[in-house]
Amino acid sequence: MLPTSIPLDYYLILSALLFVTGVVGVVTRRNAIVIFMSLELMLNAVNLSLVAFSSYLGDTAGQMFVFFIMAVAAAEAAVGLAIVLSLFRNKQTVYVDEVNIMKW
Amino acid sequence: MSLQSLLFAVFAIGAVASAIATITRKNPVASAMSLVAHFFMLTGLYLTLEAQFVAAVQVLVYAGAIMVLVVFVIMLLNVGRESQATGGRPIRTTLGTLLAVLLVGMISVTIAARPTGLNAMASNATTIGTTEAIGQSLFTTYLFPFEAVSLLLLAALIGALILAKRHVQEG
Repeated sequence: MLPTSIPLDYYLILSALLFVTGVVGVVTRRNAIVIFMSLELMLNAVNLSLVAFSSYLGDTAGQMFVFFIMAVAAAEAAVGLAIVLSLFRNKQTVYVDEVNIMKW
Repeated sequence: MSLQSLLFAVFAIGAVASAIATITRKNPVASAMSLVAHFFMLTGLYLTLEAQFVAAVQVLVYAGAIMVLVVFVIMLLNVGRESQATGGRPIRTTLGTLLAVLLVGMISVTIAARPTGLNAMASNATTIGTTEAIGQSLFTTYLFPFEAVSLLLLAALIGALILAKRHVQEG
């Protein structure tokens, strides 16, 4: 049974679970776009723990960091998807295991 | 059980379920839609933490802008269903799962060994998450990072344009 007020640790463990889900996505998937979405999962997991710390410690800094992380994530989305696009133009694939010209 | 606990339980289960759906669906569009659901669950969690501004921006920026971009690229490249979600060698999935268990174990042990001891939100939690409070500190304490981020976004815009444009033959 859940307590009447959620301890901070619950949010941290939830955040850890979401982060690890993202890590598994990045390590196991082969579609570059899905890998990219798993990266977003990891960024959001960190955002969750920052907001939780911010609310429990009564400090704005955590939420400011979330704001800046979102701006960086937007920049990363634009550049990352452009890289996927130019990868597809040159290799006609978005599967990372087919992009192995540097493998020996 | 208080309302905060009930909402936390609902959104936490929803967030984990939609995150797992995101990394297991074979169809990238299904993954993208699960990720949108995940962002809405996180919005709910931010609201249980009294972070109104972050919750609103989460819907606008992530569920709105970034996911539209992702779905646009999926449709542009016409990426279909994968015959298999993971690579040819099953060792990758095995190692990935092992890594996940190890990481969760490490983090849980650390949190369990040294609990933060914070059992309730700070008394000023409702006031620090408002747009007014965020704006106040954004344009005073964090003015320089704010300007730096605007430069970063400009650089990303130019970079994305140069990477994605078709190469025109010289001469």
